[in-house]
Amino acid sequence: MNGPGMIGWFAQQEARLAWRDWLSLMSGGGRRRTRTVAIGFTVFAVIMHGLAWLMLFSSASRAGSAGDQVLSTLTGTLLLAWSLMVSQAMETVTKAFFARGDLELILTSPVSASRLFAVRLAAMAATVVVMALVLAAPFVHVLVWLGGPRWFGGYFVAVAMAINATAVAIVIIVAMFHLLGAKRTRAVSQIVAAVIGAAFAIFLQFVTILSYGAMPDVSFSQMSVLVRSASNDHVIRWPAPAILADPVAIGALLGLSIAALAAVIFVFAPRFGQFALAAGNVSHAAPRRSQGQSVFRGSSPAWALRRKEWVLLLRDPWLMSQTLMQLLYLLPAVFLLWRNFRGIGGSALLVPILIVAAGQLGGGLAWLAVSGEDAPELIASAPMASSRVLRAKTEAVLSGVVLIFAPFVVLFAVVKPFPAFITLAGVFVAAGSATAIQYWFRTQGRRSVFRKRQSSSRVATITEALSSTGWAATGAMATMGTWFCVFPGIIVLAIVAAAWMISPARTPESI
Amino acid sequence: MDGTDTACGAELRSGHDGFASANAPALAAWGAPLGHLGMNELQRPFALEVRGLTKRFDRPAVDGLDLRVNAGEFYTLLGPNGAGKTTTLRMVTGLLRPDRGSIEVFGIDALADPIGARRIMAWVSDEPMIYDKLTPMEYLEFVAGLWAVEGDLAAARAGDLLSRLGLGPYAEQRCEGLSKGMRQKVALAGALVHEPKLIILDEPFTGLDAASSRVVKEVLRERIQAGCAVIMTTHILDVAERMADRIGVIANGRLVADGTLDQLRRQAGSGEDSLEDTFLALVAQEVVAA
Repeated sequence: MNGPGMIGWFAQQEARLAWRDWLSLMSGGGRRRTRTVAIGFTVFAVIMHGLAWLMLFSSASRAGSAGDQVLSTLTGTLLLAWSLMVSQAMETVTKAFFARGDLELILTSPVSASRLFAVRLAAMAATVVVMALVLAAPFVHVLVWLGGPRWFGGYFVAVAMAINATAVAIVIIVAMFHLLGAKRTRAVSQIVAAVIGAAFAIFLQFVTILSYGAMPDVSFSQMSVLVRSASNDHVIRWPAPAILADPVAIGALLGLSIAALAAVIFVFAPRFGQFALAAGNVSHAAPRRSQGQSVFRGSSPAWALRRKEWVLLLRDPWLMSQTLMQLLYLLPAVFLLWRNFRGIGGSALLVPILIVAAGQLGGGLAWLAVSGEDAPELIASAPMASSRVLRAKTEAVLSGVVLIFAPFVVLFAVVKPFPAFITLAGVFVAAGSATAIQYWFRTQGRRSVFRKRQSSSRVATITEALSSTGWAATGAMATMGTWFCVFPGIIVLAIVAAAWMISPARTPESI
Repeated sequence: MDGTDTACGAELRSGHDGFASANAPALAAWGAPLGHLGMNELQRPFALEVRGLTKRFDRPAVDGLDLRVNAGEFYTLLGPNGAGKTTTLRMVTGLLRPDRGSIEVFGIDALADPIGARRIMAWVSDEPMIYDKLTPMEYLEFVAGLWAVEGDLAAARAGDLLSRLGLGPYAEQRCEGLSKGMRQKVALAGALVHEPKLIILDEPFTGLDAASSRVVKEVLRERIQAGCAVIMTTHILDVAERMADRIGVIANGRLVADGTLDQLRRQAGSGEDSLEDTFLALVAQEVVAA
């Protein structure tokens, strides 16, 4: 079982690679990685437990009972969590299908490739299980503390749901391969996965706007209504008793989930190689003809750079979806704007949402323009001062941000001019700060790793997030008319200045 | 492509964002156009003159390197892996800042006036860096834009280059579907579309088929005849032997030999041996000396 070419041997190899990938992702490849990862993980655990306590404390009185309302609320919450797991699993499966890596080595070696692929499919489930446990653990612990040890059943439910979410995700992706073809599957599956994932957060935002602060109670009771509409023996009601440590429910849920995954592995492992080869051949497909003929305009170098950035973004549906995915988070803002039109307040909530979104979008576009430059040596060897390159790229980024946020600001200005003006200023400073930070901490990376850009510089990621949220806080306080808004503004400026002080951009290697 | 003597001289005559006036002393000494080589050779600055170039990473990568390349010369830089060839060329093109030393490109101090130097240089790396979502024609349009080449002129050059390099049928297809060799040719066309006077190529024949290699060699030869200088690194010694006017051998960050093939043979004491034998002998001498 553990000899070369056997399942155990493959599992060992996969586990070693996965562990090293994870360490590298967590530490950014730093030398003192174990300590860094341990500290980061501890801080994360403390924050998550605090968050779980804040969310569940108000429900403490209900944590001890197992009434219909509690079960319904639990089921609703688990459904949302399951959608998140399916989303994550779809991304993992897509990534595995499209990772060329050692595929040709495996397929040309004299071992049974389906053994390795069975291990890989199981490893995908393990990844989703680990993620589910990491996210669920703080909530389980707080529930145990508030309602007793029977809530430990949550662990089993998390494992079972992650396993069956992976099985479902594999079936969905394989179906997409058959229906859409390899090339479209990549873009569509990642977009669908991102939308499912975003839907979870967007749902909570909607509920927050509706309830103005009583999020957990209201959101769970909203879900309760949905769940109660399902009959008692409906499949979606199964996980709730299991989470309350009903042994039959736990056994049934775990057993069915494992059986589903085993069936999926049995059916699809032998075909995994075919799918991966089909995915790998996407780049060798017939070249795509451009829509229009090139027109040599004899434009300025700056215009050539700006145009190039826009064309590259517009021609890459996947990148576009990843960049603009953050706009999904603006849907609640649109909803809030609509409520504003109906005379219901909320400017202090809308302004920071727009500013944060602008900061995030600006940061993402700036990463693509600066770090995601596919021909950095061409640009560096062109007869343009680096300041001109930066200016042209910043203009490309900010014009994209303006294009997207202008309608919101104009619409907002019709209803409330002063908050709209604050929003306009906030959008510019947040996007500008994020762009500057991305430039200072630029590290060369392929555009295809856009979603992993945070791992290249933790400092850049954290300062960009602090900057966006800080400007959002400043905007919110300015909207409320308090001069205290000066303080968060000064703090953000200090953060941005500190980022500049410690950035590698102060000691450029290139001329 | 024109392939005429104006290929390298056109921009010198017409100027380029004030380039001609800003670099008047250097250009006056160099003479324009390059195709008319009537001036005294001694009056002209070298196409490239590098003095005492030094760069250190964990260890010295380039160690006080001196190098001179003439206009109208095909110069090949040879060396074992990690010898400092690419680091040297990256410093010349302004991609890397040297710790010490000076770099002059046709009389322009590349460290004091990097923009002026870049304007007359082109760099092609061994890994073609092009944009997958652009077509070859759009890529050339972009490069021409960066070098502010006039629109009609750029269009004519681009069409000509793509046609000569066998990329005509792919001109309007996105680069993501092109093979590595084709991508290399697109990058090379990009380097030539602004008609540089100094062309620096790092392993340009990687991935090219025999026919493409021949076309690329012809195109480079035409540039040489028009007075441009070409500096190339390669591990294909056969190419170096047949194409280079002069060959430099770098080992341990130092230029250990420099000259024609016959001069190198004499220095290595290798008689009528092939370039491969000569090269290995020179590198072995340096290793022993070090």
